[in-house]
Amino acid sequence: MADHLKQSAVVERAPVIEPGHSFATVTDKISSIVLTRPTTNGWIFGFAVSFLATMMMLFALGVLFLKGVGIWGINIPIGWGFAIVNFVWWIGIGHAGTLISAILLLLRQSWRNSINRFAEAMTLFAVACAGVFPGVHTGRPWLDYWMFPYPNTMNYWPQFRSPLIWDVFAVSTYFTVSLLFWFIGLIPDFGTLRDRAHNKYAQMIYGLLSMGWRGSARHWARYEMAYLLLAGLATPLVLSVHTVVSFDFAVGIVPGWHTTIFPPYFVAGAIYSGFAMVLMLAIPIRKIYNLEDFITDRHLQNSAKVMLATGWIVAYGYAIEAFTGWYGGNRYDAGLLYNRLHGPYAFWYYMLLLCNIGIPQLLWFRKMRTHPVFLFLISFVILVGMWLERFVIIVISLTRDFVPSSFGMYYPTKWDWMTYIGTIGMFLTAMFLFVRILPMISIFEIRQLLPEAKVEGKH
Amino acid sequence: MPTPTIYGTMAEFKSAQQLLVAAQATHDAGYQKIDAYSPFPIEEMAEAIGFHKNRVALITLLGAITGGCLGYLMQYYIAVISYPTNVGGRPYHSWPSFIIVTFEMTILFGAISAVVGMIALNGLPMPYHPVFNVPEFVRASKDRFFLIVFATDPKYDPQATRQFLEALQPESIAEVPS
Repeated sequence: MADHLKQSAVVERAPVIEPGHSFATVTDKISSIVLTRPTTNGWIFGFAVSFLATMMMLFALGVLFLKGVGIWGINIPIGWGFAIVNFVWWIGIGHAGTLISAILLLLRQSWRNSINRFAEAMTLFAVACAGVFPGVHTGRPWLDYWMFPYPNTMNYWPQFRSPLIWDVFAVSTYFTVSLLFWFIGLIPDFGTLRDRAHNKYAQMIYGLLSMGWRGSARHWARYEMAYLLLAGLATPLVLSVHTVVSFDFAVGIVPGWHTTIFPPYFVAGAIYSGFAMVLMLAIPIRKIYNLEDFITDRHLQNSAKVMLATGWIVAYGYAIEAFTGWYGGNRYDAGLLYNRLHGPYAFWYYMLLLCNIGIPQLLWFRKMRTHPVFLFLISFVILVGMWLERFVIIVISLTRDFVPSSFGMYYPTKWDWMTYIGTIGMFLTAMFLFVRILPMISIFEIRQLLPEAKVEGKH
Repeated sequence: MPTPTIYGTMAEFKSAQQLLVAAQATHDAGYQKIDAYSPFPIEEMAEAIGFHKNRVALITLLGAITGGCLGYLMQYYIAVISYPTNVGGRPYHSWPSFIIVTFEMTILFGAISAVVGMIALNGLPMPYHPVFNVPEFVRASKDRFFLIVFATDPKYDPQATRQFLEALQPESIAEVPS
């Protein structure tokens, strides 16, 4: 017993960065992954498979552009099928990146420094994948620019009382701010790569990207201020994005959509799935690139705890939805609850409860939180569960609305699946390129974590 | 033959602590046009070299306010003046519906102002800079710390400044050609 306690105390205090590192070793270790590590067969294989999946997506989209959205499984009454399910799923995944980079920065959680860079990259790529779906589901995607307010000869303007137009602003602002945040964070590291590259082209490209960063104290002071302000701006932004996404549903009157609990429960679900994706990326990356010194058990544990907490907020959301359906006295809400529990898609509702509430309870055990393989599998289950959640919300509500004569069923077609799997390929393609050409861990922020970075002024 | 002009004198230090002490000593000795270079941000350093005017926050605030006003006025113009549409009997100026786009535009303009303001005030992009002429400076992005006294400083004198910096026990001293 005493032995067990002692051991757990040691695990609890797993360091953010393993001891024995200096400024030079940190710099060498992270920059060498990009500059000197040879391109392995594993990387080429993984990239090739992801790229093929991306091509499959482009093929499916090409057919979609030729024939129209009729090739998908959508119909009347189910006008929102996979496109919106996948959009909400992807944009939710993006949320963990901003949470890690902005909110944890403001909360002074220094463990974020080792995972913020690739979490931000994940955000960007996930939002890009999300953007594919609303872009192509409009039926005439070549007219998508009509969604933006610009003076035109048709004398036409967007309608600002619609949540769908709020979504255009929220998602495009989110993408822009995430990109700025990511790029700003990369500038000093581009300077490091410029100074360490031996290849002339690499020197030129990293030199251009670094904009001539030289680490001046004046520059750092303005840089830190801008970084902090960006974090302060990104924090309410990330909470607003999924709130606005939930308004797409909550402002409508369809049973199961028209509830006030949607915003907080969507945001919690977004962070839940986002951390699952962070772990699914971090666990293989730290193994393959030997980065256990920087992405330690502490990071796995903390991410698992965030998942456990947000998972319970999501569970509360499910409980309140069911309670309202039973207690609220609205026959359509009651009918929706009945359909979830006994209707044609009931199996998927039970799978959702298993994936999002049942299995993640294993995270209460420290052994599970620190075991990379189990954590990887639990994260996968959560991602599946969060996808099912959006499927349940969108499809079950639409298949059974107010009048039995308008009831229907939804079956995705192969084109739906090809587009969905294709965006996963696109996401992984971007991730493979990212780990190969950019420093996946923020070098200068890791230097700040080292004990030798501490200074004492005499004033 | 014109003599090569000098940009400043630069001293190299091994640790952040040494650089901070040296920067404070140099500033206290009356040098005003100095700068310090480090591979990561050091909070106390800006004060040590006498840098106080950080206008990034002001620029961000102005950008955010501009964005918010523009966002709201745009919606007002569109929904009330240019293209009034009756949506479920709501008033044309249905301000609660306009809050979200106003908020997003505030954030967007604020964020862009913070980034552009920081880059512009820092005088970037500037791929070439005289300090890169010092061969040791390549380690400023890795594990070394540098202090420079610019030749434009009224107290600058190639000999005296060099002697002053040498007294701070740097790893090396170099004259920076411009």
